[in-house]
Parts: sequence; structure tokens; C-alpha cells
Amino acid sequence: MADILVVVEHQEGAFKKTTLATITAAKAYAGLAGGEVDALVLGDGAAAAAADTVAGFGVRKVLFGEGAAFAKYLAVAYAPAVAQVAREKGYGAVFAPASTFGKDFMPRLSGLLDAPLASDIVGLTRDGDKVRVQRPMYAGNAIATVELIGSPLLFTVRQTAFDPAQGSGAKSPVEKIAVSADAGGSAFVSRQETKSERPELTEARVIVSAGRGIKAQENFKLVEELADLFHAAIGASRAAVDAGWAPNDWQVGQTGKIVAPELYVALGISGAIQHLAGMKDSKVIVAINKDEEAPIFQVADYGLVADLFKAVPELIAEIKKAKSA
Amino acid sequence: MKILVAIKPVPNPDEKVKIRPDGSGIVLDNIKMVINPFCEIAVEEALRIKEKQGGEVVILTVGPKEGEQQVRTALAMGADRAIQVEAEKGLDSLAVAKFLAKVVEQEKPDLVILGKQAVDDDNNQVGQILAALLSWPQATFASKIEFLDGNKKAHVGRETDGGIETIEVPLPCVVTTDLRLNEPRYASLPGIMKAKKKELKVIPSASLGVDAAPKVKVLSLASPKERAGGRKVADVAELVAKLKNEAKVL
Repeated sequence: MADILVVVEHQEGAFKKTTLATITAAKAYAGLAGGEVDALVLGDGAAAAAADTVAGFGVRKVLFGEGAAFAKYLAVAYAPAVAQVAREKGYGAVFAPASTFGKDFMPRLSGLLDAPLASDIVGLTRDGDKVRVQRPMYAGNAIATVELIGSPLLFTVRQTAFDPAQGSGAKSPVEKIAVSADAGGSAFVSRQETKSERPELTEARVIVSAGRGIKAQENFKLVEELADLFHAAIGASRAAVDAGWAPNDWQVGQTGKIVAPELYVALGISGAIQHLAGMKDSKVIVAINKDEEAPIFQVADYGLVADLFKAVPELIAEIKKAKSA
Repeated sequence: MKILVAIKPVPNPDEKVKIRPDGSGIVLDNIKMVINPFCEIAVEEALRIKEKQGGEVVILTVGPKEGEQQVRTALAMGADRAIQVEAEKGLDSLAVAKFLAKVVEQEKPDLVILGKQAVDDDNNQVGQILAALLSWPQATFASKIEFLDGNKKAHVGRETDGGIETIEVPLPCVVTTDLRLNEPRYASLPGIMKAKKKELKVIPSASLGVDAAPKVKVLSLASPKERAGGRKVADVAELVAKLKNEAKVL
């Protein structure tokens, strides 16, 4: 029975929770196809912290490949290293999060191994002795059932489709392994982070999002004020990002971030197919828009046809009242 | 600089797709095909680089004959010539990348630009696979490309989940485009006229010696669970009451 490898996402040693849903998906695969789930951490010395963290989430063991070339993530160094581990240890399947991390190096891995990759999977099923995966296509308007032929099988996992793995209360062993690391002539130069005290979009319980209807960057203050009441993350539609009112990494949608919070509040967002693709699995959707024909209302649990500049301040006041009552 | 841009025709992304009753695919009757939006950004970027520093922009596509229309659109935007690897529909990413790699080996460009993902299959794979097959560096999800040291290397700003990351890559390399890289131009009328006369070389896929047997097979399509949305509230007071008592999120 071939075992299963999960490639751990971390940023210079800081463990990323995207890995937890990936572990759950890998375990679901193990339940259907057999095998044990191991985790792989690539990094420099700082990544020992990520290896220690993931050891607490019920994997059989953690492989830690240490190398200076992994100090900053680069697909060109990561993909051959994962390929080497998969080949040498005979893993039958490799899983990674469908974040900009997994989406970057996993296809490169697919090319190196001539192995099939299913992107952004949302489900796993069994058909006879074969495992099938489900994945969205056409901005989530179709769910494809896909068969992979070859070995190893590669998967990137949509974080919102699987529950995060729970802490096991025990620590799995961390095993240092030797992997070759070579970034060719590529190098990390810099990162321009969007600093925020707020939770990450993909991890937030509540998201307040704004679109074209917010009209200007300074009006995001209103969005922030509402978001503060929920300790919410702030999102944006493509229109708001293209206009320069919100940073790129706030974009929710087919090609931006896929989110599924408990509450998604859409302010002045019309609801283009591409935006809906990124948020329609949210548990509760609230939409405020002055255009009653806006497609966002078709997916909203609670739609309010109103001018957001009137409705949002009122909403902020009412929520404060409701919370103190 | 010689730039090769790979493009893919896709059904118009602004129309909601309908799935055939037997789940074998989507309904394509009366659906307009367009250049995948990310590929259009790739074409635009190549044209801007050429306008700045000269060179040649070659459009490349892999797929059925009908794709010629979108290739002509890219030529009308200003590309110099095009190559179509005529192949069956529905190839998987590995097969497409293998065909592209063969043409790249023949053409020897300094740079290959592709869209980060096609908005039909939403795979986000071909550029990275191509880079692996060529043993070239890659810079995916580009929002800015800057050339340094006489085009020996480039600094590419990448849209990642945590913000914009800049990496340095030596040329030749593969770049895939994200939304904010540029705003593509429209083809002008003279551009459209000129495009009709530009060279379009057709290469039968069978002549390239590629094993295109599918490794990723789409067996069927189904509709996603529909949301039971569409309810409206009259005012803010009702909204807050529902959020508190019904949805219990307050």
C-alpha cells in the first residue's frame, strides 16, 4: 500500500493553516485507497517550528528536509525536492494546499514526474477499486468528477471544502532527511505584505466585502468599522481592487481567494459569476446593494435593497445595540 | 526579445454555463468563444515589451482548427505571427504543455508568457508544467515584469495570498499572468485587416511525437448545490433581527 505525502505550507517557518484541510483530504484519500499520511517540511533551520507544529496533527511522521535554498519558498527549488522525496520513498499520492503556494509548485512537480495533478479538489469518492476526485470548473458552475491515471497522483486541496485537521494531543516523530536544493539562478527578492491586525481572509469567521458601490478608497473606513464589530476580515470584488481601492490579496473570486466564512457581508457588490465563485459556499450571505436586480441577491440569505452609505451606518448602530442587549 | 505567448480559446466567461443533461460536458451551442482573459493579458504584456525594446511576438495555441479565430484576434492586437498545433479537443494540461515544449524547442524564444489559468477548466497548471519540461525557471501570477542586465534576468512581482512577492529569474523563463499585470487593448480595425495576412503556421499534433494520452480524465460534470438564496429584508432593523434570531450570527 503506497503511502501519502502532504507538503506543508509555511512562511519562513510560520506554519500555515491551509495545511490542516490538506491533511484532512489526504486522510480521506487514505480511507479510500489505504496507506499512511506523512508530512513534508522543506525549509532552513527556521522551518523546524513548522515541522514541530504539524507533528501535532495526527500524521504518521514528519519528514524535514533542511536546506539553505529553501529558506525562502521558490517553486524551482521545491518541486525537484518533493519529486526526489516522492520517488525515493515511493509515495503513491502527494497533497498540497490549493493556495498560491501549492498552485505554484505542484504543476511543476507534475511536469517533473509526468504525473497527473487534480487542482483545487473539493471531494473524494470511490468507484470500484478506484478513487475519484471532485473539482470545480467554469467558476464553480460545474463540479467535475475526475480520474487520474499514473503515479504518483497529485492533488491540490481547496481549503474551504475540508475541515481542518484537529490536534491529536500527541507528537509524531520528526525525521530529518537529506534532499538536494538548488534554485538555479532564481532568487527571492522581497515581499510587500499587507499588514493587518485582522484574521486572514481564508481563516476568518466573518468577512465584510465591498465592491464598486463603495466608490472610493476612503469609504473602506465604513467597511472597517462594520468589520471591527465582528473581528472580521475584509474582502473586495475585482472592481474594487482594479480601481486601486483595495490591495490585490483582498480579492475574493474565481481567480482570487476562495472563502466560506460563517457570515459573508457583501456591500455594493453586484455579484459577477467570478465573484460568486469565490464566496457562494459561505454559510450565511448578506447583501446590501441599491440595484435590486443585482445577481448577488440570488445567492444572498438576506438581501437589503438600499444605499449602502445610509444602510451601513444604521447597521453598525443596530448591531452595537443588539450586542449590548 | 523574442516572446512566445500561448493562448487558449474559452467559452465567454460572462455567460453562465449550462451542463448537458447527460453530464458529458457543457452546452456550447450559441456560446461565443473568446481568448481566455488571462491569455489576453499575456498577449498585451508581450506587445508592451516588444514596443519598448523591439523583437518578435509569436502566438501559439494547441487545439482544434476553430481556435484560429482567437489566434487571429491576438494577431489583430499586434502579434507578428502565429503557430497552431492542431490537436483534438479536451487535452489535459500535461499533453498541452508537452506540445508547447516541442514548439518552444524549435522557436527558442527568450520568454514564454501564458495566462495563469484558463477560466473554463480552472486548472492553473500549463505554464508551470511547461517550465518543468523545459527545465526553465518560472514566475507565476505576475503583476509586474521588469528586465535587468540586458535581459539576462527579470524581476517579477507575483500576486500571492500574503501580498506581492518579487522574485528574480534568469532568462529564458516562463511567466504566467495575473489580473493586475495590465489592461489588454482592443484590436483596431487596421489591426484586424492586417491580421488576416499574417503568417499562421499549422502543425499537425501527430508530427510532434508527443504522448498525449490523458492522465487526467474528466468523467462527468454535475451542477453544484444551488443556494436557497433570494430572500429580501425590508430594512436594517429586520436584517439585524434575522441575523440575531434566525441565522444566530450576532
